[in-house]
Amino acid sequence: MSDAALVVVFLGTGTYILKALGPLYFGNRRELPWKFKSIALLLPTPLIAALVVTSAFSSDNSLTVDARVVGVIVAAIALWKKLPFVFVVVLAALATAIFRLFFA
Amino acid sequence: MTTSDAQRRSIKAQAISIGLAIAPFGLAFGALCAESGIGVWEALGFSSIVFGGSSQFAAVSVLADDGTIIAAITAGLLLNLRSLAFGVSMAPSLKGSLLWRAGISQLMIDESTAIGSSQNTHELRRYGYLWGGLSVFVLWNVTTLIGVSLLANADSLVTDLGIDATIPAAFLGLIWNKLEHATHRTVAFIGSLLAMILIPFTPAGIPVIASAFSIIWVRPWIIQEENSYE
Repeated sequence: MSDAALVVVFLGTGTYILKALGPLYFGNRRELPWKFKSIALLLPTPLIAALVVTSAFSSDNSLTVDARVVGVIVAAIALWKKLPFVFVVVLAALATAIFRLFFA
Repeated sequence: MTTSDAQRRSIKAQAISIGLAIAPFGLAFGALCAESGIGVWEALGFSSIVFGGSSQFAAVSVLADDGTIIAAITAGLLLNLRSLAFGVSMAPSLKGSLLWRAGISQLMIDESTAIGSSQNTHELRRYGYLWGGLSVFVLWNVTTLIGVSLLANADSLVTDLGIDATIPAAFLGLIWNKLEHATHRTVAFIGSLLAMILIPFTPAGIPVIASAFSIIWVRPWIIQEENSYE
């Protein structure tokens, strides 16, 4: 097997275990402890907020401010104006592309 | 049309737009594989078996830089540690037989969790999770195949068209409604601050995991009233 195929097998297996532990272990317990349930409800918010930050401000492990920020600001305005999700995403791309065209 | 039908339609629209948003990154991943001497089947193996965008990029980059297999696997696993947190948070909404749960667990990625967790009933959370996961799975694998076969220089395409900004925009859109609640706002703020501080100092993947510690600042159980669902 090539190196890449070995990585696929082991990384794939490890990743699957991480993905499946929650649903397999907790899946059919109707009554989770309510504190646990609240934590589970709250947890995605900081994780996704962190994904916003890492996908907007990082490149090659360093803090970077570039045209993506313009896209995120436009997206925030679009969300504030309650535009549909598709427009939010398209406007973010458009704003970033235009900014790059003129300022980069 | 009932409210629930309208909600399902809006979930499908979200799932398809987020699938389209990640498509160029699938092209880029395929191209990276081709440039790194990784074949079509292995590239598709990454996109279907590993199925975790950032971890795939990390693992292939390590291999391309002559890193060891162990280093490539470790980098990928660190990035995917967050799937454990996603799985725990989605679990209450993913009921079903053991086999069904085992099958749909493969779809436990950022996008499926984000769409699922922004819904307000168990049924719609499961619906959002499945649609989000399947939409990304299909488009991610199709674009990986195109990228690895055609060796497109997708990197410049991604930046020229501003596509790299669609990912943070989509994630922001997915938590936007939650930010109406004070507790969610607090953890979103602290979590993103933690992540931003850690970006320069830790390997990729760690800032996102670290953001989970933001819930220490609040008492999560106070959100019972403001964000309870069925």
